[in-house]
Amino acid sequence: MKETPSVTPRAGRPGLAWAIPGVLFFAFFALVPLVMVVYLSFTDWDGLSDPQWTGFDNWSRMFEDDGMGNAIWLSLVLTVLTWVFQTPITLLLGVWAAGRQRHRAVMSAIFFLPLLASSVALALLWRTLFDPNLGLAADIAEWFDLDSADLLGTDRGAFAAILFVTGWQFVPLHMLIYQGGARQIPRSLYDAASIDGAGTVRQFFSITLPQLRNTIVTSTVLMVVGALTYFDTVLILTRGGPGDSTAIVPYLMYETGFQTFDLGYASAVATALVVVATATSLLLVRLTGFSRMRSTREGL
Amino acid sequence: MRWTRLNYLGFLGAFIWLVIVVVPLYSMVSSTLQTRAEYLDNGPLHPPTDPTFDSYRNVLEGDFPRYLLNTLIVTVSCALIVVVLAATVSYVIVRNRSRLSQRTFQLFLIGLAIPAQAVIIPVYWIITQMQLYDTLLAIILPTAAFSLPVSVLILVGTMRDIDEEMYESMALDGASPTRMLLQLVVPVSRAGISTAAIFSALNAWNGFLFPLILTQSPETRVLTLGLYDFVGEFRVDVPSLLAAVVLSIVPIFTAYLFARRQLISGLMGVGGK
Repeated sequence: MKETPSVTPRAGRPGLAWAIPGVLFFAFFALVPLVMVVYLSFTDWDGLSDPQWTGFDNWSRMFEDDGMGNAIWLSLVLTVLTWVFQTPITLLLGVWAAGRQRHRAVMSAIFFLPLLASSVALALLWRTLFDPNLGLAADIAEWFDLDSADLLGTDRGAFAAILFVTGWQFVPLHMLIYQGGARQIPRSLYDAASIDGAGTVRQFFSITLPQLRNTIVTSTVLMVVGALTYFDTVLILTRGGPGDSTAIVPYLMYETGFQTFDLGYASAVATALVVVATATSLLLVRLTGFSRMRSTREGL
Repeated sequence: MRWTRLNYLGFLGAFIWLVIVVVPLYSMVSSTLQTRAEYLDNGPLHPPTDPTFDSYRNVLEGDFPRYLLNTLIVTVSCALIVVVLAATVSYVIVRNRSRLSQRTFQLFLIGLAIPAQAVIIPVYWIITQMQLYDTLLAIILPTAAFSLPVSVLILVGTMRDIDEEMYESMALDGASPTRMLLQLVVPVSRAGISTAAIFSALNAWNGFLFPLILTQSPETRVLTLGLYDFVGEFRVDVPSLLAAVVLSIVPIFTAYLFARRQLISGLMGVGGK
């Protein structure tokens, strides 16, 4: 780096002290609690009296708890299905929206709307639409001559509803991420491919997909962490039910912690959630070579 | 590009998604313009025959304005805290080239991955220890903290683009770091600062988990929590319930119309190259 002779290298550079308020504030409400939740997972705590150290009790209880097993299974299925459904849809919509015609801009603007509203507002909207007697569900059931429109009243229906509503809300986010990624693919690659006679489909698989490698990783990590932490929608749409058919890990944690006030055990569940979410994103990043920040522009 | 011309399938897919997005939104708005009886008769897809704003009046005459005010206070405070703290932290990360400042950046990058649910129990403990339980500050502080990582990421990205020579010429004039921040960094990173402000405001406006766990009484209720309560209150009055939902979204939609470009370019940047 070039230095002007009359100025010392550090002149006018802010000291670290400038960062202290921000770092402390963040540490106090995010990092310290992260350590505390591990500590609390080894205690018995009702939220009022002091936490009592109980060693590994919560943890051994968790491994034998059917509710937790069920919650982990549901969270895994939800995460996998979220990825399986959202990735192709958002990838295709995003690549399509990366073009520049007018109707694309207008449509993209409309697509974006669900992302602005709160999960609470959207879950309430969909709750009324899924109402078996009054909602859209009743109309659709009538059109297709279905026996029952009570989607939220059946195990699989309620699960599908969660999958759909969260997808409805978050597809625009991932679509935008893919749109941003696709816009950065050099046009010369497509021009060269066209000259070589490659068709649309061929170009998509040989240029677009490989070039979007890092974008796919980013979007996947966000989807996985997102799906592992869906909560508002579940609370409002199904309250974990019917039975415990939609009681995914974050909901179980809320119920254990703030409805039965078994906060020590809930902390163990929360810790497990962090470990799983972090491990999954690290694994994804490692497996796909994202951490090495390999250039996607190789061969240019 | 050849594929834009050929991409009819893409258009078809996008059109289907458009229908999936627009129909529920249309149904929501049209339901709110009907009376309860009319909605019960017609169902959610029928356009209102005799539009009425009664549902909106219903909601606005209740506790809604207070929830709105609380939400506004929370939103504005969060945006202010986040912008000030994220700007100073990012300034250090970009300009103070020590190893510690790079560690600071890594700290916030790691922070991106911490889900609020993971720490809600200790946060609840901290807030009760600070005697802040059931106050608006109980919502504001953790909400702002969780908006910091994204805002730092955005601001570091913007501030990195400032030309080194501009700092050098200011340094020649003997400018202090404070003056550089206020007269160079802040004006030049206006775009990044507004994106960060919009993000943290959106986050605060839509936040649900922190208010749900950290507040309790009607005096501290914010919109999202109020909506959740309306489910009981308007159990049989769907148009009023949906009117409350619409009213909670309208301010955000309005802001979006003005700040669309900013928000979208900020989000697109998240994807990386």
